[in-house]
Amino acid sequence: MKKLEKLSSIKDLPEAPISNVPSLNQKTGTWRVFRPEVDKDKCIKCSICWRCCPDIAIDVDEEGFPIINYDYCKGCGICAHECPKTAIRMEREGK
Amino acid sequence: MVKKIMTGDIAAAWGARLSRAEVIAAYPITPQTIIVEKLAQFVSDGELKAEYLHVESEHSAMAACIAASQTGARTFTATSSQGLVLMHELLHWASGARTPVVMANVNRALAPPWNVWVEHTDMMSQRDTGWIQFYAESNQEVLDTIIMSYKLCEDKEIQLPAMIGLDAFYLSHTSEIVDIPDQDSVDKFLPQYDPMYPLDIENPLSIGSLSMPHQWYSEFRYKIQEAMERVIPKLNQIEEEFYKEFGRKYTGPLELYNTDDAEVVLIVSGAAAGTVKETVDIFRKKGIKVGLIRLRMFRPFPSEELNKALSKALFVGVIDRSFSFGHEGAIFSELKASLYGVKHSPPIKNFILGIGGRDITTDTISRVYNNCFNCLKNNKIDNPVEWIDIRV
Repeated sequence: MKKLEKLSSIKDLPEAPISNVPSLNQKTGTWRVFRPEVDKDKCIKCSICWRCCPDIAIDVDEEGFPIINYDYCKGCGICAHECPKTAIRMEREGK
Repeated sequence: MVKKIMTGDIAAAWGARLSRAEVIAAYPITPQTIIVEKLAQFVSDGELKAEYLHVESEHSAMAACIAASQTGARTFTATSSQGLVLMHELLHWASGARTPVVMANVNRALAPPWNVWVEHTDMMSQRDTGWIQFYAESNQEVLDTIIMSYKLCEDKEIQLPAMIGLDAFYLSHTSEIVDIPDQDSVDKFLPQYDPMYPLDIENPLSIGSLSMPHQWYSEFRYKIQEAMERVIPKLNQIEEEFYKEFGRKYTGPLELYNTDDAEVVLIVSGAAAGTVKETVDIFRKKGIKVGLIRLRMFRPFPSEELNKALSKALFVGVIDRSFSFGHEGAIFSELKASLYGVKHSPPIKNFILGIGGRDITTDTISRVYNNCFNCLKNNKIDNPVEWIDIRV
C-alpha cells in the first residue's frame, strides 16, 4: 500500500478506505478546552480514571499514579467525574 | 445431503452454520428470533464453532459484526423491521468499510400501528446503504442464498455486505422440505474467508479515518459503485458453481416464469411469487398469455436484465409490497427509470398489495392481471399507482 501523500489516482487506492498512517499521528489533544490535572496527594491509585478514559489517553506510571497523555486527551472530563476522591481537576486551557 | 422439514428461520440458521460463521452478534425480534435462537443452540451444543455475542441492540449487533469482520472473521446476524431500521447508520458503515457481513432479514412491516406481518418496506428503505439485497421465495432459497452470499461478498472484487430477505411468517414460520447440503461440499464451495486488510496488531491500519473533500472520499464511494457493477456477473458465475456442486439452479437477479410469449407480465419479489405462479398456471390453462418476473435482487438493480426480459411484453404490472410515501412503490420507480429511453418500452402500472401482511391470493392476482388487460384493451391507465383491496 502506498503512503497517503504519494497517491495520485484512484488506481493507487486500496479497495477499502484504510490507511497505513497510524491514528497515533492524529494528535487530537488540540480539541481540548478543559485540561485534567491529577492531584497526587488525593489520588489513591484506584485506576478508575484509566479504565474510564474513552480515548486510552491515560497511562499508569510505575508508582501507580495516572499520567494523562495530552497529545490525545480531548478534555471530556469523564476521569474527573468518575474519580472517587476528586483528585482530578478540570482546568481551563490557556489560563 | 439430507432432506428435512423446516421453517425459513431454521433454514437461515442452517445457512449460517454451514457457512461456518465465526462471529454471530444477535438481538431478538419477532419473527426473526428463532434464527438466532437456533444459532445459539448450535454454538452451545458445540456443532458450530463461533463466538456468540449478546448485544444490547441491533445497532450494536451490526457494530460488532463490522468490527469482527475487520479482524477477518466471517460474521452473521439476523434482524427484522424495527431492528433493521435501527441498524441504518451502521449499514452505511459496513458497506463503506467494505466488510462482507451477511445478514438475514425477516421482512416485516414497520410500526405504528404495530404489525409483525410481511411487508418489504423495511429493506426497501435501506436501498441506498450500499448493501446487496436478495428477496427469497422459498426456505431452500434462503439457505442456499446465505451460502452463496458469503462467496459473493467475500470475493476480492466485491467486498460488500449482503442482506437476504425472507417474508415474515410465509417463510419465517412456514415449514417446507429443505435439502441441507453436506458440510464437506459447502467447505469445498466456500473456503475460509481470506480478508484483504485484516486488523493486525503487528501491522496497524486506520480504517475509515477522515478523508477531506480534496482527498479521496469521492473515489472511495466511486469504488463501491464499481464493485456493485461487478456483482451480477459474479453472482451468475457463483450460481453456476453452486449448480455444479449442489444441483440446484438459480438464475441470477431474475426468475422468469412464462415470460417468452406473455402479453401481460407481472413483477413481484418475495414469497408471493408462488401465488403469482399459481395464477399464471390458471390463466395459461384458459389460453391467456400471462407471465411473471420474480425480482430476486433489488440492489444492485438488474436494469439491463429487466429491460431484456420485458422487450416483448405488451403491458407490465409491478407489484410492490412496500411503499415510498409521497411517491409510489419502490420497484415501480426503479423499473420505470430503467425503461426510460428504451425503444418500444411497454406501458407499466403499479399495484400496491399485501401491505402489513394482508393476504395475497390467486383471486387478488387474477384481479391484477385482469386490471392490466383492461388497461391494455382501453389503451389507457387511469390510476398508475393503485392500492388493491383498500376499503375506501
